[in-house]
Amino acid sequence: MTILVIAEHNNAELNAATLNTVAAAQAIGGDIEVLVAGAGCGAVAEAAAKIAGVSKELVADNAAYANLLPENVSLLIAEIGKGYSHILAPASTNGKNYLPRVAALLDVDQISEIISVESPDTFKRPIYAGNAIATVKSDAAVKVITVRATGFDAVAAEGGSAAIEAVASAQDAGISAFVGEELAKSDRPELAGAKIVVSGGRGMQNGDNFQLLYSLADKLGAAVGASRAAVDAGFVPNDMQVGQTGKIVAPQLYIAVGISGAIQHLAGMKDSKVIVAINKDEEAPIFQVADYGLVADLFEAVPELTGKL
Amino acid sequence: LANVKMSMNPFCEIAVEEAVRLKEKGVATEIVAVTVGPTAAQEQLRTALALGADRAVLIESNDELNSLAIAKLLKAVVDKEQPQLVILGKQAIDSDNNQTGQMLAALSGYAQGTFASEVTVEGDRVKVTREIDGGLQTVDLKLPAIVTTDLRLNEPRYASLPNIMKAKKKPLETLKPEELGVSTASTLSTVKVEAPAARSAGIKVKTVDELVDKLKNEAKVI
Repeated sequence: MTILVIAEHNNAELNAATLNTVAAAQAIGGDIEVLVAGAGCGAVAEAAAKIAGVSKELVADNAAYANLLPENVSLLIAEIGKGYSHILAPASTNGKNYLPRVAALLDVDQISEIISVESPDTFKRPIYAGNAIATVKSDAAVKVITVRATGFDAVAAEGGSAAIEAVASAQDAGISAFVGEELAKSDRPELAGAKIVVSGGRGMQNGDNFQLLYSLADKLGAAVGASRAAVDAGFVPNDMQVGQTGKIVAPQLYIAVGISGAIQHLAGMKDSKVIVAINKDEEAPIFQVADYGLVADLFEAVPELTGKL
Repeated sequence: LANVKMSMNPFCEIAVEEAVRLKEKGVATEIVAVTVGPTAAQEQLRTALALGADRAVLIESNDELNSLAIAKLLKAVVDKEQPQLVILGKQAIDSDNNQTGQMLAALSGYAQGTFASEVTVEGDRVKVTREIDGGLQTVDLKLPAIVTTDLRLNEPRYASLPNIMKAKKKPLETLKPEELGVSTASTLSTVKVEAPAARSAGIKVKTVDELVDKLKNEAKVI
């Protein structure tokens, strides 16, 4: 049994979610190989070869794979993926984009966002915005799976020494092109991997008031997230959204400020180890999942909290 | 799911709205709404017709189908109808799979613009701005293409009463998977569904000092 893990990266750095995905592969058991597809991704390939527990690394360095356009990269993965028992990718926007395409090309069902491995063919995944956990069994010859990073502890980024093999394939479907991207700049830790997350909701009232959360986050070394209400109101950009349709986080500490706690939001953070809610409405549903709740005006409580840390 | 209120998936409402807007701009000439499901799913198609779709196709099946089977059924309709643009929601909020659009694109050999927050058709190409982990990305796709909607693509309209009445007269065709020559067999089965582990009840603290103390000394997370 050999498992293929697709590395997530931006051609310069390996994304940490790859390490959680390798951990899921270890839980399945068997030889683990990693595919790095990209353009000018030599540094990533070097980093990926050092991941603990990886026996072989395939590198497809070609202009066609520059931005992981799904039309091209799915042809590559389907071509080399046939011989594997499992193909795993992180459930990032990239993984969600190309992997179902790979599954359809291989004519197998895909299993989305697994949170645990019960056996090599049986997995658990959340459905209904995390309000139910389904156990699913796959009889497919190749099991195509996306992995929710927060469900698995990352393997060590160093210590491995995988043999590197270049893949000559250059699949270009010629039907799509990358135009450009606008990435939000942030000096704070990445939301999905942060140990502490401070999130604001509609109660923040405007974008300027998020400064209160940035100050608190900087004291704690935390990432800053937001509810959909705060994103839709234009307080902060959409990539800060935590929830069913945004990012799924499971930090050590999640501080929800001015967030009521709609189920779509809870779906994105209720696996956090400790949840703190600061809200002036004591009936807010967030208090039902919070380990520590403080019924208070956030405009007084947050600066006071920042001051006392 | 007995006795539970059903409605159109929110991402699908956004997809219908985008199609209607493309028609209003003169980009699209006809909108066909398609769904796969039991007879009762006609109700959702009537909603789409009331929102502005011209006609509807129901692929009638009482089985619980996986994304791949649904993608294959939709591919058969795409082959028949030859649309230039197929718009789907990015995920259904029951199964949370986020697969069907991508699979349909693969089976059709079309380009895909998933998690779209902006769609601009220019001649025989479509520009799609996509919501990605770090921000936004724009891709340029050759038509015909598949687009899946993200929440911020648009604000879906409500169906007006006169439009709901008119929708009852619009054509609704019913097909069976067998008629389309599609096998809906699946290699995936659900073993069980259970409630997630409940969080133990927390406490309410009275002051910020107490909160800081608890986080430092009890939870030991800061």
